[in-house]
Amino acid sequence: MKPIYMDNNATTACDPAVVEAMLPFFTEQFGNASSIHSFGAQVGKALKEARGRVQTLLGAAHDSEIVFTSCGTESDSTAILSAIKAQPERRTIITTVVEHPAILTLCDQLEKEGYVVHKLKVNKKGRVDLDEYKSLLGQFGDRVAIVSVMWANNETGTLFPVEEMAEMAHEKGIMFHTDAVQAVGKLPIDLKSTRIDMLSLSGHKLHAPKGIGVLYLRRNTRFRPLLRGGHQERGRRAGTENSASIVGLGVACELAMAHMEAENTVVKRLRDRLERGILGKVPNAFVNGDTLYRLPNTASIAFEYVEGEGILLMLNKQGIAASSGSACTSGSLEPSHVMRAMGIPYTAAHGTIRFSLSRYNTEEEVDRVIAAVPPVIAQLRKLSPYWSGEGPVPNPEQAFQPEYA
Amino acid sequence: MWDYSEKVREHFFNPRNSGPLENANGTGDVGSIKCGDALRLMLKVNPETEIIEDAHFQTFGCGSAIASSSALTEIIKGKTLDEALQVSNQDIADYLDGLPPEKMHCSVMGREALQAAVANYRGEVWSDDHEEGDLVCKCFAIDAVMIEDTIRANGLKTREEVTNYTKAGGGCSACHEKIEDVLIAVNGRLYSSEPKPNKAPANLPSESPVKPKLTNYQRIRKIEDTLEAIRPMLQRDHGDVTLIEVDGKKIYVALSGACQGCQMEAATLGGIQHKLVEALGELVQVLPVGAMAHN
Repeated sequence: MKPIYMDNNATTACDPAVVEAMLPFFTEQFGNASSIHSFGAQVGKALKEARGRVQTLLGAAHDSEIVFTSCGTESDSTAILSAIKAQPERRTIITTVVEHPAILTLCDQLEKEGYVVHKLKVNKKGRVDLDEYKSLLGQFGDRVAIVSVMWANNETGTLFPVEEMAEMAHEKGIMFHTDAVQAVGKLPIDLKSTRIDMLSLSGHKLHAPKGIGVLYLRRNTRFRPLLRGGHQERGRRAGTENSASIVGLGVACELAMAHMEAENTVVKRLRDRLERGILGKVPNAFVNGDTLYRLPNTASIAFEYVEGEGILLMLNKQGIAASSGSACTSGSLEPSHVMRAMGIPYTAAHGTIRFSLSRYNTEEEVDRVIAAVPPVIAQLRKLSPYWSGEGPVPNPEQAFQPEYA
Repeated sequence: MWDYSEKVREHFFNPRNSGPLENANGTGDVGSIKCGDALRLMLKVNPETEIIEDAHFQTFGCGSAIASSSALTEIIKGKTLDEALQVSNQDIADYLDGLPPEKMHCSVMGREALQAAVANYRGEVWSDDHEEGDLVCKCFAIDAVMIEDTIRANGLKTREEVTNYTKAGGGCSACHEKIEDVLIAVNGRLYSSEPKPNKAPANLPSESPVKPKLTNYQRIRKIEDTLEAIRPMLQRDHGDVTLIEVDGKKIYVALSGACQGCQMEAATLGGIQHKLVEALGELVQVLPVGAMAHN
């Protein structure tokens, strides 16, 4: 049976049209866009066209606001490091506890180097408290170099009110960056009508290849490059352009634009069908995150009293690919920081599975997953010390209290 | 996805002896829900013979935790309690044709569940000295807590010393930054590790200035005595060690029996080195005999 891929927040398949558009840039169109001769000129033209397509998807005012990078992580690092280098007198960063490691690990490192990092907490649904944010902005004011808040959370799909948060930062004269790698292509975005100064995009999350990203940089935003060297990207990101991937990303952006409505209707309906189907059949399971404000493609479901890896291994055996909210790689590794930040109990956080769909998924696939999940959970619960027969043992937390908990 | 052996996969998909055990007379609950791995081991022990007649498990945990639990029950069934207590976590891992370094703690948990269940049967209280930190060195499966303890116990100051004492960082070297972070956390600063050629390492805490310098003969005798003391431990795991050559700071040994070619060989050598460093009061390097040929 054909495998079912429901891990599109991890990465997506390259659209065949993207691959086709890229191929000539490995063969006859191999020129360096900076060269004067015709080999280079043709590539330069293709890059300009791709830049325009990214601009359209993001609703940017100018195509020069699009800076191609190698990935989302590079865009995130460039944004934050630029803000603190360009404003050395400002040594405070405001972000959230549920950011991607591309932001959090960098911030941890900056903390070691003496910067002050404030992480906004989230509630049970994964929402930030705008009053807390407002008071932080007031308290630290012109000491803040940058606010960085993700547009959509990768694990739960929860959306953050970044447009409003950017306005609030702007009022205080503070730069605002958003890591939008999960949002771009899934939500309509019009940056020119917002106060967002910088935005990170990752190609492989929207059916472009891996190894290409974008930093949106609003005109007149103070900037210091991460990589210095040649004049590529107007000197803001040196290094010979990854022309094939840039062209591929351009096509992917055009396709995303064309499928935007389907993403928010067809894909959303499939996701809702999947969630309802699974929750209707599996007891002691619930959806994580903000079900009112979230990505149309993401379902994060906690299955209590079982551990995620076992679920993934059993689903994988049936050709179903998803991901877990917990990665047990060492003795002391806690479940995902996102689940912990939302206060999800350990017995549920470890059993969280993320299904993330794309426009390539079908109703038939969704129904196959709905049929496959309940027996897997039942089988693993049979092994669980918290489970007995048809339900959890009475007072599960008291009934099983292992040593060195 | 983890690179699990066929045996691990097989025991995960078809676990043996799972679910509650009627009339169990020894139960051990170990693990940590925070870490996402916990196990209840149930034994039915014959009070006359102390033979484990049946063993079942219930596990909340990842694929290798379930496979390790299943393997454990298979290994100990039919053994007496004393025989069962000889089962090491390496035996469990070997039974499964090995576990990824990040997952070795699953086999440790199995062994601890066994100790807890036997203690429970015997009416004793089992207390664990278990503490695990974030995995730092993936090559030798050394975690942060172990590195921290070794730094404190020996007053280590540099990354090189940590590698000499614990093996951490002696492989691919990708974890050197993390080791330095642990050193800073313990010592409050990072001491430079400039090489100090031909200078007596008087600042090394293990080299006490009052200790008289050993003659060559005394030194080799000391090495032999130390190895003698280690051998029973290795023999228990059906292995052994022989001293081959002492060349200055390099001590060549031959591992034999089960130690030979064991995936924990490097860790075993590291352990021997640790003991020799302590006994001799100097930094020495323990190398397998095979390394001699290359020099």
